[in-house]
Amino acid sequence: MKKFDKERVLLAVAGPVIALVLAIALTSVVLLASDRNPFEPYRLMLQQASYSDVQVLIVNQASMYYIAAIAVALGFRMNLFNIGVDGQYRLAVVMTAVVGANVALPNFLQIPLLLLVAMGTGALWAGIAGALKVTRGVSEVVATIMLNSIATAVIGYVTLAHVWGVQLGNNMTTGVMRKSGWIPGIDLGADVGEIYGLVFLAILLGVAYWLVLNRTRFGFDLRATGESETAAAASGVNAKRMVFVSMVISGAVAGLAGLPLLLGDTHTYSLSFPAGLGFTAIGIALLGRNHPGGIALAALLWALLDKASPALDYATPVAYEKEIATIMQGLIVFAVVISYEAVRQWGLRRQQKRVGAELAAAALKNSEQKEAAAR
Amino acid sequence: MSTATLTKPQAKRPGRSGRRLSLPALLLVIAGVLVLTSAVRLITGADGITSTGQMSTALRLAVPIGLAGLGGLWAERAGVVNIGLEGMMILGTWFGAWAGYQWGPWTGVAFGIIGGVLGGILHAVATVTFNVNHIVSGVAINILALGTTRYLSKFTFEGVPQGSSKQSPPIDSLGTFDIPGLSSGLNTLNGKHWFLVSDLAGLVGGLITDLSPLTVIAVALVPLSWWVLWRTAFGLRLRSCGENPVAAESLGVNVYKYKYLAVLISGGFAGLGGAFLSIVASNVYLDGQTAGRGYIGLAAMIFGNWMPGGLALGAGLFGYTDSLNLRGGTTNVHALILLLAILLVFGAAYLVWRKRHVPAAATAVVAVLMFLWYVSTDDVPRQVVTATPYVVTLLVLSFSAQHLRMPKADGLPYRKGQGK
Amino acid sequence: MVANHDIHLTVRKGTVHALVGENGAGKSTLMKILYGMQKPDEGTIAVDGEQVAFGSPADAIARGIGMVHQHFMLADNLTVLENTVLGSEKLHGIGGGARRKIKEISERYGLGVRPDVLVESLGVADRQRVEILKVLYRGARTLILDEPTAVLVPQEVDALFANLRELKSEGLAVIFISHKLGEVLSVADEITVIRRGTTVGTAVPAETTPRQLAEMMVGSELPTPETAESTVTDRPVIEVEGLTVYAAGASLGEVGEASDTAATAASGGTGTLLGDTPPGADVRRVLDDVTFTIHAGEVMGIAGVEGNGQTELIDALIGTKGADSGTLRFLGEDITPWPTRRRREHGVGYIPEDRHRQGLLLEAPLWENRILGHVTEKPNAKGFWLDPKGAQADTRRIVEEYDVRTPGIDVTAASLSGGNQQKLIVGREMSHSPKFLIAAHPTRGVDVGAQAQIWDRIREARREGLAVLLISADLDELIGLSDTLRVIYNGRLVADADPATVTPEELGSAMTGAAAGHLEHDESGAAEGATEAAPEDEAR
Repeated sequence: MKKFDKERVLLAVAGPVIALVLAIALTSVVLLASDRNPFEPYRLMLQQASYSDVQVLIVNQASMYYIAAIAVALGFRMNLFNIGVDGQYRLAVVMTAVVGANVALPNFLQIPLLLLVAMGTGALWAGIAGALKVTRGVSEVVATIMLNSIATAVIGYVTLAHVWGVQLGNNMTTGVMRKSGWIPGIDLGADVGEIYGLVFLAILLGVAYWLVLNRTRFGFDLRATGESETAAAASGVNAKRMVFVSMVISGAVAGLAGLPLLLGDTHTYSLSFPAGLGFTAIGIALLGRNHPGGIALAALLWALLDKASPALDYATPVAYEKEIATIMQGLIVFAVVISYEAVRQWGLRRQQKRVGAELAAAALKNSEQKEAAAR
Repeated sequence: MSTATLTKPQAKRPGRSGRRLSLPALLLVIAGVLVLTSAVRLITGADGITSTGQMSTALRLAVPIGLAGLGGLWAERAGVVNIGLEGMMILGTWFGAWAGYQWGPWTGVAFGIIGGVLGGILHAVATVTFNVNHIVSGVAINILALGTTRYLSKFTFEGVPQGSSKQSPPIDSLGTFDIPGLSSGLNTLNGKHWFLVSDLAGLVGGLITDLSPLTVIAVALVPLSWWVLWRTAFGLRLRSCGENPVAAESLGVNVYKYKYLAVLISGGFAGLGGAFLSIVASNVYLDGQTAGRGYIGLAAMIFGNWMPGGLALGAGLFGYTDSLNLRGGTTNVHALILLLAILLVFGAAYLVWRKRHVPAAATAVVAVLMFLWYVSTDDVPRQVVTATPYVVTLLVLSFSAQHLRMPKADGLPYRKGQGK
Repeated sequence: MVANHDIHLTVRKGTVHALVGENGAGKSTLMKILYGMQKPDEGTIAVDGEQVAFGSPADAIARGIGMVHQHFMLADNLTVLENTVLGSEKLHGIGGGARRKIKEISERYGLGVRPDVLVESLGVADRQRVEILKVLYRGARTLILDEPTAVLVPQEVDALFANLRELKSEGLAVIFISHKLGEVLSVADEITVIRRGTTVGTAVPAETTPRQLAEMMVGSELPTPETAESTVTDRPVIEVEGLTVYAAGASLGEVGEASDTAATAASGGTGTLLGDTPPGADVRRVLDDVTFTIHAGEVMGIAGVEGNGQTELIDALIGTKGADSGTLRFLGEDITPWPTRRRREHGVGYIPEDRHRQGLLLEAPLWENRILGHVTEKPNAKGFWLDPKGAQADTRRIVEEYDVRTPGIDVTAASLSGGNQQKLIVGREMSHSPKFLIAAHPTRGVDVGAQAQIWDRIREARREGLAVLLISADLDELIGLSDTLRVIYNGRLVADADPATVTPEELGSAMTGAAAGHLEHDESGAAEGATEAAPEDEAR
């Protein structure tokens, strides 16, 4: 048993490690080709990561990536592609900001209200795609992508001055949210910064994700449906219901992705609110292999590349293009998908052979013992 | 919508039997819509909906969508889902601009195609050789393409005059042309605002005025694609890989080869679409230029039931709504609501004729609501226009996904010998 | 495992030569070799007197051998013409020339095929003719048809045989693989029987009776009857009445329309505008008014060749696909509308036909597979929560009790052998004390040792009052385990027999449609039968 454990851990780690090594190697090639030192940028970024203010930025950013990636991973476990996380989280942020700016309840009510609004919006938006898939057979990939764009249009409408938009300085925003909806963070001092309060929500969601998937009946059914729809159906799962429910839950989680920033920092939505989180989250979920711990590491890595790379532009004596971090992220994603598939197939074959060999050896031993006894 | 009549002959075989309209019926419907549009224009006075300028812009905006859609078509017909079209298009915009401003626009076009093909190679390796999930690979390529072009821009465009890390220096134009005499004549006719005649004039005029040679090429690629895919042995084999690769294999077809070729061609189309964006539609590369057109192209492909003719129709529709957005005039869109309401009434009548009473009632209700909307407002929020192509796609998919026929083995992993 | 050994087969030009044998007898392997999809380890193949070796189907095709597969290799969205010319576009092009050639072949052999019709609108019989057309188009002089009548209704079978006679008269040789003896007799000129991987003999239909053929097919060894005294009670556990399922699929148009009544669909409800062939006029009933009752302590065996409705019967019983009409009662309650989970929670156990696709999660560890199908029950769960420790402990118990050979419970199910996978499944199902067990081919692909163990488990549970529906192609298993024995053919229960006295050849006749009703064991039959009857009776 012990050696199987070791082998399994090795296999689990092999995929991401190979991918990262490959990505780093390819990035270095790109650096060389652009006439730059292939090692310096990494050293510089790691150096950046040692500064506590950068670390705070990394943790904050990672928390949002994490929530979005969990939403994507939930879909992946069900063999569903929720590409709509982007639209879901942005729409949820906007609606939450609007409600937060126009409703003022005491904070022990306001905050749950805001969370509910965020989850509900995300769930609704994803639910549309889920319902279309279950009732009309529309591919959730195309439906969610379309809904992303429709979400942008809705947001554009909602932020119009005669609807709910409020002009703040040069920006069109949703108005400043009432104070009862502001979530305080952990203040580490003026030089360092503040960790968003909702970082803990991210951690909670990760734990909940693991618990639900691995320790509940529903989670078992979900994973079974993702692994083999026929076996799940034979075991009693209602496939259509499962698809719809999974999309809704994924959307609800996605809805929370923008909240750490919204409730902890900006307290309003404007066009400068980060977009594209949803697509990055897909890469992070892939890198983290849909595992809450893996996703956490992947989110931190991604956030590190994001936050440590701007300094590259100002490095002395030689400046580097900060976009190298973006290329690296792209290469990681690409290397990841190939290496995981290759490792997975190799691992399966190996295990089959090993078990076969073990059993054959055991059988041989058995028959030898029998022979010896017979003699 | 109205651009449909310009598209080349629909495939003789609509790809499935059953509820699809035959060619004469489809043309009749289009003619009817045209008449209705004209009537609505006269009622509402929104001349912009069929002006030559509008049509011309619509065509220009339809081309990149159509090219992306064709890219999707070629890949999916061979059984490979290509979500990475957006990324391949981005590569096309960048490479097109990079070669274009240095060596001339036509070289730019060539390089744009190559850029797209590079993306195609990555996708082919991942999906055909490694059997990675098609959607995952496509998404990965999109992310990679974005990062790569941003990085490369820093090295190439930033130091150059009129360039920056987000924009390339300007590229020379490919030139445009008119059909002398006819263009101006049709324009005048259109200006007279006569019933139906002016609309037709606007339609045809828009399609032959201010044309870029690349537009003509792009349009020609639609019937060319149809011809290659449905009238040559190469095309037959390629399509068989997307319908039943095991059967194809049993008859001696090298499925891997055709899938690879299809994906490379797909990348080339997307790259061409990107090059069109940076060389013709504008004259620079801009960060974020593609604005999701790769995905809209996919939607156009689905709208067109995986056929080049239908795809062109879809691209035309999306291009038209795009141009409505661009050419201001929320009055135009407002007028179209009336048109839509009337169309829905016809739709409800058709459903009654087909004895589908519940859907007919629902359609009638929606028609009434649209009519009320038209009557009670003077214009529409701009966002309605921007959202229209996507909403339309969703609606089309919802109503017909069960009747659309995508290639049977689309998106499925294939391994040689799996039939045994 | 040796699939074929010492096979001798001679086929003459201008004849229809039938190859008959039970499932697993080795027919498919032989055909794969003849068609170039597999290489023989020993032996030779000669075509027209010349020795040949095939490296791939292309070689076989070049030699004029064409295979019409049982599972059609047709692309639905392509036309007949496109499907036919694919891969051989150089022969006659892909346009007018090809069309002419197809029409010519179609007329010559009476196939009635229209080149520009989409395959998806064709019924099963027409698709088969397209497959035949495909091989003829490529110049085949020898045709191999693999179980061609398995999916046809009687009228279509007649039409096919008329085609085959046409082919024969043009000097082609046809090899016809089947186990429907009655049909084979009406069309074949010669019959070769294969059993357990080797040729048993060749016969000429005019001079042989179905009985003799059946005997050649299944042999006349008798299984060892094991039951001591009958454990059958009179408490009905499962009562099935009037279960009927109509065939869905190509002949009925879109999947969405399969739920329409068969009649509407049969009348061409798709309303095509392209003038396609109307779907098959006969709507096949995959299950036809099936009625039976199984009592506590009773094992009811259903014998039948695969594809005669067993899968649909199982689906209807376990709830994965509802029947079109009929009722099911379980312990007196009407469970017809119940979903699968509810049935399993209430004591319906299920050993699925295809353990890889329906019984296991191949890439999950054994203990998670133990949970599959019973996720709401102890020891797998406590309330909403899973109980991994409980499941793991119980898995260890099952592994030991059922002798599942595995290095541990954390390995994936895919790494176990078929027999051990099946033992795990049996253990899992039995561990929830089912009152009714659906056992579909429970020892298929399982080594002899595991097979005996599984049989013992079933007998043990039967003694404690379990009702079992046993569906199997293994006659030994059926005769040895069953208390009552029925035969299913073309969706109906056509015969019943007494396991204590029936012989395999009698069962074989019923399974192949040559016999029906109550199968009386004929004491005065073949001498062999009579002498073996005596020890049987004593054992009982």
